[in-house]
Parts: sequence; C-alpha cells; structure tokens
Amino acid sequence: MINALQTLVNDNPALVRRGRWTDAVMGLGIGERNWLITIRGGRIDKIEPEDLAVVSCDFAIRGTEDAWTKFWQPMPPPRHHDISALIREGKMRFEGNIDLLLANFLYLKLVLETLRGRV
Amino acid sequence: MEIEAITGRYGHLEIGGRTYRLYWEEAGSGIPLLCLHTAGSDARQYRALLNDPEVTDRFRVIAFDMPWHGKSSPPVGFQDEEYQLTTEGYVDLVVTVSLALRLDRPVVMGCSIGGRVVLELAKRHPDLFRAVIGLQSSAFAQRYFPIDPLHKPNIHGGEMCAAYCYGLVGPGAPLEHRWETLWHYMQGGPGVFKGDLHFYSMDGDVSDRLSEIDTSACPVFMLTGEYDYSCTPEASQETAALIPGAELTVMKGLGHFPMSEDPDAFREHLMPVLNRIIAD
Repeated sequence: MINALQTLVNDNPALVRRGRWTDAVMGLGIGERNWLITIRGGRIDKIEPEDLAVVSCDFAIRGTEDAWTKFWQPMPPPRHHDISALIREGKMRFEGNIDLLLANFLYLKLVLETLRGRV
Repeated sequence: MEIEAITGRYGHLEIGGRTYRLYWEEAGSGIPLLCLHTAGSDARQYRALLNDPEVTDRFRVIAFDMPWHGKSSPPVGFQDEEYQLTTEGYVDLVVTVSLALRLDRPVVMGCSIGGRVVLELAKRHPDLFRAVIGLQSSAFAQRYFPIDPLHKPNIHGGEMCAAYCYGLVGPGAPLEHRWETLWHYMQGGPGVFKGDLHFYSMDGDVSDRLSEIDTSACPVFMLTGEYDYSCTPEASQETAALIPGAELTVMKGLGHFPMSEDPDAFREHLMPVLNRIIAD
C-alpha cells in the first residue's frame, strides 16, 4: 500500500518539481507499523519497512491507524482531512527536525494525499 | 477584456496616532457592507462577493486591506518593529476606517480574526454597526501548532503560510479557488500572519464579554464551515450559546475561508442572512 507512493509521486512531474529541493529520510508511522521513505530531489528513492530497533531519519510523521484510514478516504470526515487537523486532534505527531519538515510541509502534505482514495 | 465592477483606491488616514496608506476595494450601492479578511491574507478574498450583482444591487460592498497586508503599507519605521495585532488596535482600525469612509451604520462581516473582532464591535459599538456577520467566528481559538516557523529564515514564509492554511480549506473546494486562497497567503509580508495570530490565539479572548452583546441593537449572525479545525463548528456553537439572540449556521463541506475557497457554496448561506438584514 505505502509502496504505491513511489509511483504516485515520481509519475507526477508537478509534485516532483515542487519537491525538487527536498532531500530527506522521512519516517512514516501508521499505528504500530513504520516505514522509512527516502526522498531525493522530490522523487521517492526508496521505501523500506522501519524494522530495526535503531533507525535514523530526518523527521517522522506518525499517526494512529484510524487517523490515516480516515485521512485517506476519498472524502475524509472533518478534522481528519489534513495532517495539521490530525495534529490538533492528537492523532498524529511529528518527530525529529521539525524545521526541515515544515520547510517542506506543503510538498509533504501533497505527497501523503496522493494515497487518498487508493488505500 | 472583461472589466469587473470593482474599483480600488488608496487613502491616507490616522489610526492609533500613526498615519497609514490604506487600500480598499468596493462595488455596488445600498446598505454598506464592510468586509474584513482573515489573518495573513487580504481583501481579495471577497472578490466574488464584490462581483455578485445580487449582492451589489442592494449593498455597497467594501473590503480593505489591513495595514501591513495586501496593498496597504506598513507604517513608517516598520523595519524596526515586530507586527502584532491586538484587540484594541483591531477595533480601532475597523471603526476608524468605517468613519473615514463615512459609512452609515454598515453591516460588518469578518472572517476568522475578522469573525472574532465583529463580536467586539457588536458589544462596544452597536450604535455604529447595524448588524455583524461572523464567519468562522469564535470567542477564542486554542493554539495547536507552533507559529514561529511562519517567520524564520530557514523556512520560506510564503510556502509555510500556505501549508499552514492548506487543510483549513474544505477538501471539496474547487481547485482554482483553493489555490487562489493559498496564493494570497503565499504573498503575505514576513511575520504578518504570525502577528495576526497574536490576536487570534493570545490577545483576543472575548469569552467574558459575549453575554453583554445586545443583539436587539446589533444583530449577530454567525456562519461556520464544517471542515474548519481552527475555529470548529463546536467552538462557534459554544460562542453563539453565550450571545443571547445570536444565530449560527454550520456550512456543510466548507472550511475556514468560505468566501474565497468556494464562493458559490458560501453565497447559499450568506444570501438568507443578507435578506434578513434587508428585511429588518
């Protein structure tokens, strides 16, 4: 499921252009499951399960399974339609280099939204 | 070329002891309808309303850029100051502009920070305003996100402001209007959105004064978008419950910027309110 991100982003020239200065390893947490997503120049280089006890990422966005399930619905319900909304609801959290995350926030929101209606 | 009915002008006026060069736009004739934009944006948010003949046939619609916003300049010496909007400064601004434009008991409609300040105006100046319309209006908004990144040299302020507001637009808003709404945010001056949020979530708590609003002297109408997680429908409901006679409508599908994110959907909710004001 998460692996679909790679094609959805890399085949979207406008999104790749928006992220052309984005180089980061992002942790993505969905409930108990975690991934490391390597972004290079706005393209997703690789997506790996974060299955080691010691991992390194620049920043991470982690949320409950329910939060992501609703976020990825074709028309998500109020308060579940945006990363910031879910932060406010206490159902998501940021970790790591927050400035780097926020400097790329619009791009990252659009990246994560590509899975909407496909999960 | 299709030319819109909107005209824009600049005026010089004194507000709080300082001189400002202020830009405003207007269209139509009839009851003055003074419109207040959201934090960090400008009066272009009201362009659909200013171009709506069903409104401008009966209302003189006026929308101004607050100082520091849009085409209104910051004051002389701004480069050495930190901009922060306060309750007193905001009330003074709206009253001063209304009097300077010689508006006869206008309806004042504001969104977000504007939706908050109209409650102050209804309480303090029912003699000056014939009704208030609060969009995304609540007595207070709890801060849920750090605001320093809105003005920090290692983060592009325009991109950050747009990212901050991206999800405040309802998910079903037409793309062209979503992105125009965000474009206004991308164009804001450094630190201006952050400075407005000082009023929104620090200084501007009106909770303890709501019961003193006399809606028989100045009716209070509130319209809140269902998808707003900053000023939630619940927050507006709690606020309306404290104002005797206030009327609240929750707008299905809409977010924090109803007049600009989805003008067609918004007017369905606004027109009944304007018709009520005309009838009164």
